[in-house]
Amino acid sequence: MKVTVTVNGGEVAAEVADRTLLVHFLRDVAGLTATNVGCDTSSCGACTVLLDGRSVKSCTVLAAQADGRQVTTVEGLSSGSEELHPVQQAFRAEHGLQCGFCTPGMVMASVSLLAENPSPTEDEVRSALEGNLCRCTGYHNIVRAVLAAASERRPS
Amino acid sequence: MIPAPFTYQRASSVDEALELAARAGEDAKFLAGGHSLMPLMKLRLAVPETLIDIGRLGELSYVRADDGHIAVGALTTHDDIARSDLLASELPLLAHAASQIGDPQVRHCGTIGGSLAHSDPAADLPAVAVALGATFVARGRRSGTREIAAGDFFLSLFETVLEPGELLTEIRIPKPQSAGWSFQKFAKRGIDWAIVGVAVQGPNVALVNMGSTPIRARGVEQALAAGSGPREAAAHAAEGTSASDDLNGPRAYREHLARVLVGRALAEAASRG
Ligand SMILES: Cc1cc2nc3c(=O)[nH]c(=O)nc-3n(C[C@H](O)[C@H](O)[C@H](O)COP(=O)(O)OP(=O)(O)OC[C@H]3O[C@@H](n4cnc5c(N)ncnc54)[C@H](O)[C@@H]3O)c2cc1C
Ligand code: FES
Ligand code: FES
Repeated sequence: MKVTVTVNGGEVAAEVADRTLLVHFLRDVAGLTATNVGCDTSSCGACTVLLDGRSVKSCTVLAAQADGRQVTTVEGLSSGSEELHPVQQAFRAEHGLQCGFCTPGMVMASVSLLAENPSPTEDEVRSALEGNLCRCTGYHNIVRAVLAAASERRPS
Repeated sequence: MIPAPFTYQRASSVDEALELAARAGEDAKFLAGGHSLMPLMKLRLAVPETLIDIGRLGELSYVRADDGHIAVGALTTHDDIARSDLLASELPLLAHAASQIGDPQVRHCGTIGGSLAHSDPAADLPAVAVALGATFVARGRRSGTREIAAGDFFLSLFETVLEPGELLTEIRIPKPQSAGWSFQKFAKRGIDWAIVGVAVQGPNVALVNMGSTPIRARGVEQALAAGSGPREAAAHAAEGTSASDDLNGPRAYREHLARVLVGRALAEAASRG
């Protein structure tokens, strides 16, 4: 079927098999390979992107379900390494990543959280990241990064 | 992992969904949030020939107060339920249980209708619906519109009284007579399904994952009605259950958990009553 998705503000249209998963549409059709496939079983969150502004696991969504809708991947958060999104900036400053495999998903889950709840408590951050697994950094610095990004964005 | 090939169709109204389902026949499935169906399809445990996407039926996504009951559209997501002010004040059991499902990504996609129609004994909302004495509204081309009591709806694992092509449209929940409520869920990690769960609303006690469907803990309810205290009543929690033995724990462990969790739930409900 023909699927048209607005990815990071630009339209991506392609004829794909009905069973194409959104994550494969993003990686193989749109050529945006920051979004990773980790578990492929809806558990790890590495594939998290925003669908109409809310976090979803793109390994468990069909490209067809995103047809006509807006998708944001981590590539869409900033224009390049010089100008990072506040959440990306905070992950860097707080050492919220090590190998970086979980990071695109962690960042997108965090962006979704902060859109819903601009000043979360530490407990709220931990609950909000329940669906994102990190196998090397450990969670303390990731949580610290999200809290730092939240206070950064709050007008003081 | 990708699902086996299928034909994707999208419905833009309830009538169209029923029409597409009737045309596609027995090997068609509705796709709501996809968060139970898609994992099964990726594992090739479900191999439907046609998927009818009902995910955009905005007409079935709502929470509203009707005459004496609250109506929740079948396509309302877990996240919308968890964030509903109306539910927080009128049916806190439902709002809270929805907030405990999976993780934010799952709650952004999964729907109450999908959770009920899927009939997984480990799912939370079926037991909550039973404890709340909910009624489900279904529409089918042959059966027309009918109402089904939550207690009659679930037949076994992945099996309900819904006929092929019949769509769950609304969940109606009477305003509780008695305010005390509690939802207890025991899982190893935050994201996990309940090994055992308990939903209490007033005198009603329903168990998650203690059999192939959600079940009322009748022994507990009778003990409460006869004047027993929470601890005494909770001792009856495993009566009449048929919990499974699996990697998450043997049956005896689940029975123990049921007694412990019912005890906690009754105490918490009493403190809110
Ligand atoms: C990682 C993960 C963790 C989870 N954790 C939990 C948890 O802790 N607790 C819990 O309860 N659930 C959990 N779930 C399941 C989640 O709640 C699902 O969203 C829900 O069970 C199914 O809803 P859905 O809208 O995604 O349905 P779908 O997957 O789209 O559909 C499920 C089934 O119901 C049918 N169906 C859907 N809607 C209708 C309708 N309106 N009428 C008739 N038939 C319909 C479909 O044809 C299909 O057979 C988890 C899921 C994942 C992926
Ligand atoms: S790859 Fe999607 S949740 Fe792990
Ligand atoms: S940074 Fe390596 S998995 Fe998280």
